[in-house]
Amino acid sequence: MSGSEFVVSAVLTIITAATPLVYAALGELIVEKSGVLNLGVEGMMIVGAVSSFAIGVTTESALSAILCGAISGALISGIFGFLVLIMMANQVATGLALTIFGLGLSALFGHEFVGMVYTGLERVNIPFLSQIPIAGPIIFGQDIMVYGSVFLTVIIFWFLTRTRLGLTLRAVGENHEAAHAIGLSVVKVRFMAILFGGAMAGLGGAYLSLVYTPLWVENMTAGRGWIALALVVFSSWRPWRAFMGAYLFGGIAILQLHLQGVGFAISPQLLSMLPYLVTIVVLVLISNGSLGYHLRAPGSLGKSFYSPS
Amino acid sequence: MRIEERMEISKSMIYGAPLIAIFLTACAGACLFLLMGRDPFSSLHTFFIAPISTLDGLSELCVKATPLILIGVGLSFGFRSNVWNIGAEGQLTIGAVSGGAIALIFFDVESVFLLPAMILIAALGGMIWAAIPAFLKTRFNANEILTSLMLTYVGLLVLSFLIHGSMKDPDGMNFPESKLFHEAALMPLLIEGTRIHLGFLIVLFVVAAAWVVFSRHIIGFQVRVSGLAPRAAVFAGFNQNQTIWLSFMIAGALSGIAGISEVAGPLGQVVPSISPGYGFTAIIVAFVGRLHPAGIFFSGLLIALSYLGGENAQIDMNLPNAVTGVFQGMLLFFLLASDVLIRYRFKLRN
Amino acid sequence: MHSLLSLKNIQKEFPGCVANKSVNLSIEVGEIHALLGENGAGKSTLVKIIYGILMPDKGHIEWNGQRTYIRSPIVARKLGIAMVFQHFSLFDALTVVENIALGIPFGLSLSKLAQKINDISELYGLTIDPHQEVHSLSVGERQRVEIIRCLLQKPKLLIMDEPTSVLTPQEAHKLFKILKRLSVEGCAILYISHRLREIRALCDKATILRQGKVVNECDPSKESARTLAEMMMGSQLTVPKRQDKIKSDHVKFSVKNLSSYSKKSSFGINLQNISFDLRIGEIFGIAGLAGNGQLELMKMLSGEVFCDDPETIKLSGQPIGRLSLSERRQKGLFFIPEERLGHSAVADIPLWENGLLSAMRSQKLLNWGFLNFKKSIEFAECIVSRFNVKVVGVGYNASGLSGGNLQKFIVGREIQQKPNVLIAVQPTWGVDAGSAAAIHKEILSLAEAGSTVLIISQDLDELFLIADRITVISEGRISRAIEVVDASVEEIGLLMGGSNNEEDVEEELIL
Repeated sequence: MSGSEFVVSAVLTIITAATPLVYAALGELIVEKSGVLNLGVEGMMIVGAVSSFAIGVTTESALSAILCGAISGALISGIFGFLVLIMMANQVATGLALTIFGLGLSALFGHEFVGMVYTGLERVNIPFLSQIPIAGPIIFGQDIMVYGSVFLTVIIFWFLTRTRLGLTLRAVGENHEAAHAIGLSVVKVRFMAILFGGAMAGLGGAYLSLVYTPLWVENMTAGRGWIALALVVFSSWRPWRAFMGAYLFGGIAILQLHLQGVGFAISPQLLSMLPYLVTIVVLVLISNGSLGYHLRAPGSLGKSFYSPS
Repeated sequence: MRIEERMEISKSMIYGAPLIAIFLTACAGACLFLLMGRDPFSSLHTFFIAPISTLDGLSELCVKATPLILIGVGLSFGFRSNVWNIGAEGQLTIGAVSGGAIALIFFDVESVFLLPAMILIAALGGMIWAAIPAFLKTRFNANEILTSLMLTYVGLLVLSFLIHGSMKDPDGMNFPESKLFHEAALMPLLIEGTRIHLGFLIVLFVVAAAWVVFSRHIIGFQVRVSGLAPRAAVFAGFNQNQTIWLSFMIAGALSGIAGISEVAGPLGQVVPSISPGYGFTAIIVAFVGRLHPAGIFFSGLLIALSYLGGENAQIDMNLPNAVTGVFQGMLLFFLLASDVLIRYRFKLRN
Repeated sequence: MHSLLSLKNIQKEFPGCVANKSVNLSIEVGEIHALLGENGAGKSTLVKIIYGILMPDKGHIEWNGQRTYIRSPIVARKLGIAMVFQHFSLFDALTVVENIALGIPFGLSLSKLAQKINDISELYGLTIDPHQEVHSLSVGERQRVEIIRCLLQKPKLLIMDEPTSVLTPQEAHKLFKILKRLSVEGCAILYISHRLREIRALCDKATILRQGKVVNECDPSKESARTLAEMMMGSQLTVPKRQDKIKSDHVKFSVKNLSSYSKKSSFGINLQNISFDLRIGEIFGIAGLAGNGQLELMKMLSGEVFCDDPETIKLSGQPIGRLSLSERRQKGLFFIPEERLGHSAVADIPLWENGLLSAMRSQKLLNWGFLNFKKSIEFAECIVSRFNVKVVGVGYNASGLSGGNLQKFIVGREIQQKPNVLIAVQPTWGVDAGSAAAIHKEILSLAEAGSTVLIISQDLDELFLIADRITVISEGRISRAIEVVDASVEEIGLLMGGSNNEEDVEEELIL
């Protein structure tokens, strides 16, 4: 393989690896910005993966598949929202329950789809632009979900910084008591954020089963939901940083695959550990303030909101 | 309808909530089976009753429950004091690998000290693995949920590394499995004809010891107060860092022991997949068991039943094993929902 | 001509206390109306009702003569009621513009809003940069943000809750000018404060609350500080005849140049060179309104926060500034924090386990780490019987006890350990009169037996009843200690009310 071909193929695989993370991380970012910690990302992603795959192979419609991924993620995040916001359940335990439930539910429904392959989500092909050497396939030859991920990053940034609702969301996450005192509806805002996070996680999962490895396998998210959670922390709750973090992580994941492929002297398992170890190291550095930016977590993150009247 | 805080926590609901949750889970399960086109009652029977209707089944229940209860008890100390150790699966794995290493190093050595040494080293292994998130939290304030979880994946990779490398049985036709442990390195059976092994005895001991420590020892008091009223814990002179270390060490040790009890028990060797996620399921066991050793004992049996039920459903009803995970998740959901009745009560809007 | 705002027979109860009882209050258009009363008198509850955060159990509100139901802050704002909270409802991570935008109904773009903010700030002299993030603002600046937020709504009634407690005298002066101007422009002001001097200078009318009821209405400019203080605290104050105690000169507990730096920029008070000496058998009182450094002081005295220099705090001549809570207890120093449930006691564990919290070591209730049930229960039962704690049994959770009984248990727990020095914060806050009297009696006996007691309290009645010497803490500093027999209520009240030095006090008394 020539040098430029190698670069292109490496970049393409990095993009494919990073995109699910971008969706899931952005979704959880919004949820956490509103003050809620949803550890169920893994569960929501896998549910999105199985449902979009199922719809994809049965209807052959890529759009329906993608939509289904989002809806299914949102639906089960609704369970989380109900338990945490209305029933005041402990957020950590409920999130874990969501993960375990999601993994089980997806395995249950995905049972009959094991072994099938999905080929539906194609890359865009713009005449002339996509043929430019190197830049062409990378910038103009992606599938719609990749473009969607970039678009969403921009939209979310704009939403948070320039819209009234985004401002309300940030306020609710910052100090839910003050927000309540000035008349903002904490529960409504958080519920919407949770549903959005669910939809995004579902989309991330959908990308895994439709594009990354276009099959269905039990537990195919392989911990990506947890990586997404870590990414939200790394990004200090800022959309662009989450995007870049996802690409950094995707890059490391691909790098170690290539090193394995090239026959690098280190064993494959040790290389596979790399992404997780890097995650820990970066997490520690950030918590310590060593990376120059401090963790500015939303002030109310994880705290239950109870309003007597 | 709205929610209103109770004046005093409802003691009856503390015991009532798990029962309500079990009932609701059974109902939801029945609906699930119905949706899948099966008869709900016979499905529930296959799932919950059939597995324990034989002596064999009961013994399998105890075998399956062993690691769940051990880890559940370990986690309960941490959860009580708001220390969220999600890495029990990794601690289990490293413990299994450490203890297993001893078995392999001293292969064919017949000594009555071998098994105790394996258990001890396994506990230490689990503790060392748990020490990492504890250190990172106390020293750098790194979130323990993420660190302990990442380490789980690392731990599983360590196992994979070893099992494909130095721990692989040279005479094993290149299967990634270790040598089968020799007699002295295996958990002795407690009851002939069953698979119940020493691990279950350890469980009984640990549950009793945990109960004692929890209700009668200063460590139990420290953990309880730290979770209920952090400022009061400071007032009592309890050190928050110490509480964090304590929680992780207990969980790490017990998870490590759970690991070796699987490897030297039903498995009899080190294999790439030691546990079907016991470290995560044990979280549910801990909660359903009200974070109390006695409760965890029973909830461990209940959750073990859900594993057996899943296997049964696979054989008898051709349902995928994953049904187990669904039930477990539902049980925890219903429990968390029912738990609200302990602190709050529903009132009709006046 | 209707009053702008009229409260008629307002009643509000919470489990365990009646916060407002048959309160009647009227504010006219453009009037600056003061609401006076001690902490716990019911002021903040009343104000929350006016602003729509709480709904009254009985009674109603009239706005311009019309009966209205103020169901939420949104409704209040629509009427034209604006409020500047004592504890600001600001979001640290957001800018000034963003904070203000949240508090007003949707309409303006952020840049237009920023322009409006600049306009108002110039008009009234409230300098602020709209694009600064709130966490970097000083306390005075934050208040300005709150005020501007209110002014943007062109309010008819502006409620200010303890506004000058966080301002320097110069800033306060500026504020008064602004308020006077608003009043002239037709905006009424409801001014909640303890600071008698300000109220006399600023307000047209004053309503005085005591224990949930309105006890008086007056024109503060026609009253003296002394009469206002009497009305606030009840004129039944007599300095009790104290037995001539044998005064020892031996210093048991000394604090020298205690200073602290608070990390939280908005609410933490920095302690500044606090020094005092306590003698054997003495009861020393530190009076002061909440938020003047009492919490920080308690944290450093108890050992929750260490001093930089161990010599800063000395017990029997030994430096203890860097000893932990448990170590200080071992040396005979015991303490009673302000908060009962959650700090001195745990609600969801039995009473006898609560006994363990501070007495584990001193009463030898542990055997190799195991709790000695028998001894612990005996200890708890001893406390219950000696201190008359009304409870069915020590096996019941602390949450089941009334405030007074729980406090008796907590005080009893510490006293039973025979402290050399006992430090108590608000020992009878929220406690019924009978239990309070019992607690006072116990503290007096303790001192008579030779222990040293330090009481930090907002309740002047209490301090006058039991303390030998008194000092006032204000904004992190303490005044010169006065012998209680020589002190007068007005003098102390004025010191508490913000006159920071004795010259001001003398000036007031002459008036």
